[in-house]
Amino acid sequence: MKQFTLLFFLAAFAAVGVKAQSPQYQEAMAKQVALLDQGSSYNPQTLLEISNTFERIAATEQSQWLPYYYAAYAQVMSAFMQQDKTRMDELADKAEANATKADELNKNSDEVALIKSLIATVRISVDPPGRGAQYGPESGMQIQKAKQINPENPRVYLLEGQALYYTPEQFGGDKAKAKETLKLSLEKFAAFKPADSIAPHWGEARAKQLLEEAGK
Amino acid sequence: MSKIYYSLLFCLFIPGMLSAQHKIAGKITDARKRPLPGVNIYIKGTYDGATAGADGSFSFTTTAQGNQVLVASLMGFQTLEQPVTVGGPLHLTLMLKTAVNELKAVTISAGSFEASSDKQHTVLKPLDIVTTAGATADIVQALKTLPGTQQANDREGLFVRGGTGYETQIFIDGLLVRNPFFTSLPDMPGRGRFSPFLFKGTTFSSGGYSAQYGQGLSSALVLESEDLPARSSYSLGASLIGISGGLDELSKDKKGSYGIEADYTNLGPYFDVAKPKQEPSISPEIIGTSANFRRKTSSTGIIKFYGYGNWSKMGFRKSSIEYPGYQEQFDVRNQNIYTNLTYKESLGKGWRVNTGFSFSANRDKIAIDTLQKTPQTSIRSNSNLGQLRLMFSKSLGVLSVLRFGGEYQYATERSRFNSFAANYDDNYAAGFAETDVYFTPRFVGRFGGRTEYSSILDKVNIAPRASLAYKLDDYSQFSLAYGDYYQKPEPQYLRFKRDELGYMKATHYIGSFQRVAGDYTFRVEAFYKKYKDLVKTVPDTSTTGTGYAKGIELFWRDRKTVKNLDYWVSYSYLDTKRNYLYYPFEVQPDFAAKHTASLVMKKYFPKITTNIGLTYSFATGRPYYNPNLPESKFMSEKTIDFNTLGLSASYLTTVGKAFTVFVVSVTNVFDIKQVYGYRYSSDRLRREEIVPNAPRFVFVGMFMNFGIDRRQDVINNL
Repeated sequence: MKQFTLLFFLAAFAAVGVKAQSPQYQEAMAKQVALLDQGSSYNPQTLLEISNTFERIAATEQSQWLPYYYAAYAQVMSAFMQQDKTRMDELADKAEANATKADELNKNSDEVALIKSLIATVRISVDPPGRGAQYGPESGMQIQKAKQINPENPRVYLLEGQALYYTPEQFGGDKAKAKETLKLSLEKFAAFKPADSIAPHWGEARAKQLLEEAGK
Repeated sequence: MSKIYYSLLFCLFIPGMLSAQHKIAGKITDARKRPLPGVNIYIKGTYDGATAGADGSFSFTTTAQGNQVLVASLMGFQTLEQPVTVGGPLHLTLMLKTAVNELKAVTISAGSFEASSDKQHTVLKPLDIVTTAGATADIVQALKTLPGTQQANDREGLFVRGGTGYETQIFIDGLLVRNPFFTSLPDMPGRGRFSPFLFKGTTFSSGGYSAQYGQGLSSALVLESEDLPARSSYSLGASLIGISGGLDELSKDKKGSYGIEADYTNLGPYFDVAKPKQEPSISPEIIGTSANFRRKTSSTGIIKFYGYGNWSKMGFRKSSIEYPGYQEQFDVRNQNIYTNLTYKESLGKGWRVNTGFSFSANRDKIAIDTLQKTPQTSIRSNSNLGQLRLMFSKSLGVLSVLRFGGEYQYATERSRFNSFAANYDDNYAAGFAETDVYFTPRFVGRFGGRTEYSSILDKVNIAPRASLAYKLDDYSQFSLAYGDYYQKPEPQYLRFKRDELGYMKATHYIGSFQRVAGDYTFRVEAFYKKYKDLVKTVPDTSTTGTGYAKGIELFWRDRKTVKNLDYWVSYSYLDTKRNYLYYPFEVQPDFAAKHTASLVMKKYFPKITTNIGLTYSFATGRPYYNPNLPESKFMSEKTIDFNTLGLSASYLTTVGKAFTVFVVSVTNVFDIKQVYGYRYSSDRLRREEIVPNAPRFVFVGMFMNFGIDRRQDVINNL
């Protein structure tokens, strides 16, 4: 699990240009999303600042789902990096509250389902034997839900491949299948065009890195 | 020139005029002036803000002007909204108040061990309750590794803090379970009937428990059943001693589920190979079935049904101590039905209702015989219990709550001893009310009381209860508890001498300190318990017995120091004396040991996906009655100390599509001799040791599950 969390946040993401819409909102969002595209942002302090900024934008805008979505994303990433398990649960609680808001504003979103899957994974890491039975299926179900909504979303296959990769074989993990799924994820990334610069687009670098590791 | 100059000058001012930026800086602390890093501070309605640094300082610029609202928010604290006037640089000193939140608030903990997966700061998780090598998936057996319990493995039930097994009551979703154990044979206690998988929460209270529960002088074991399963699954199990199968089906709309389970156990073949101390006259066979149905009636309401039916027979033969050269035989056939229907719903405005109905029936047919010497004694015992329970709760403010309700039980006890019958019915009614008052989020008091009426005793009792808990910091708390507890005497006394009997009574005083910090738990508890009106059988049957129990208990658990290793240690010191039954005066009773300790370890080896579990328990010798000694030496002799070591190993893998676990588990690995006491012949010339029938038990089995991966549950049960 440690290894898993370590690798998770090392991901660096491709930055994409900014397209203006509602100037203040677009600008602020673009700036923060660009921060999330940098590998150097993936430390608890920076992630906290980024999630706080997204929460400020969310509090002001209220009708936009993306600030809530990104606040939850930054909190989940930060949770994976925590040593203190109580803190992990706190961050998961926060992320869950934000994901729920995002869900209300943008019903049936594959991206929100994926965040929910990640939140369930955080919950498991706090106490794998005690919570695995409850949150394991939850985490998997959210990925399946995302896949149903949008089978072209490359992050679906990233999370799926990741789960297959880190789950021991005896528990249903499969390294060969993980590689295939990650390759599929990269194919989908190649074809994937985010709706605009601030739409979710993270994960490609992570998929590459994981695939490289799986190749060893 | 001047025109250009003016234009330039004008241009220079534009940025400043359009966005007059003002700096807002300051420091933010909690109520005790400690800096609060991570606080999100901003001007409401703008994006302008900052995150407080490690020293609680913050600084940002804003283009907002005039009267604004400054917001400061942090998880675990009440969000601050402070009006500010922005016209120039501002320097602010802010303070956040701790949020009143259930996670951080103090909880009543004296006397109780709670296992819940929903809450963070519980001492145990539900799976831990059954995490004991050698516990063989028996909840009560697993609880015997916690402080306050006795290793009284020759008798059924949970012996807590100087109390007998009868003094512990078991409740499922608030409803009493009349026969929670399989009918036992002499020296062979029946194990618990209910699978630990049925429950999401377990609270084991060794004293001072809530007014919601009654009729247990010493202890209450409160089990909370599972809600809906996460998804459908099927299971199969096979072992040296039996087979089992079950299914759990979640409805398509995910709002309902049903499940059925059946198992068959036959110890005959096992006992053919590993001979028990007593020779089986009827091979032990058990057929068990259960069904459940759960349906969400709304987002907050759920109706649950659980039904259980069980048939068992067994019999053993041993040399008679009374008639040398002859054999004694003891056969028992048992049928048991338990049903439980509950409904809970939120009524709005902070009101909640919990209601339940339960019916249970137990039939025992027992035959006792000294072969070719005495005529057979036949005992039949039929008991039925119907009960209704209704409880309302109302939240008062954020944390405080008021609970009140009532219960009614109708019990029929039919028993026949050869041709002699002794029957009775009892109407029992109880009312209770209690309130949890949070003086502050760190300081809570629970005050309540319970009143009961039993028609067979024709008496009313009133039992006050109170507890206090104070939280020192996020991890540590002190608790105190006090309460009066009443219980009807056991059916065998009520049957014959109801007119002379009243309620037995115990008064508890408990003080405890506990610290739960992440993966470490430490707990120390001291108690004093006063017994009054215990059943006496000599010279006449009456409720005039007395006694006390006092002691200190320690618990330490560590899940962190060694990777993949989880262990806990518990120790209990018990000083107890009582004058009950045939005792001539107050002495340490024959079920109580002065010192009891347990060590439970689990280590997981990820490379070979194997879990190894170890449980070691120790108890000092217990007194026994030697009729050859003068009365002044009553119960003065003690048995040898008790030692047992259980080991288990489970290997996890996949067979076809099914997650599978292979298990080997051994109780009392080193076959250490255990003597619980001695039984004397009536002429006092001969005695026999009371020893376990199967001192070492080897279990080999496999469990397959299609659907939910429940292997972790299985490992944790061994």
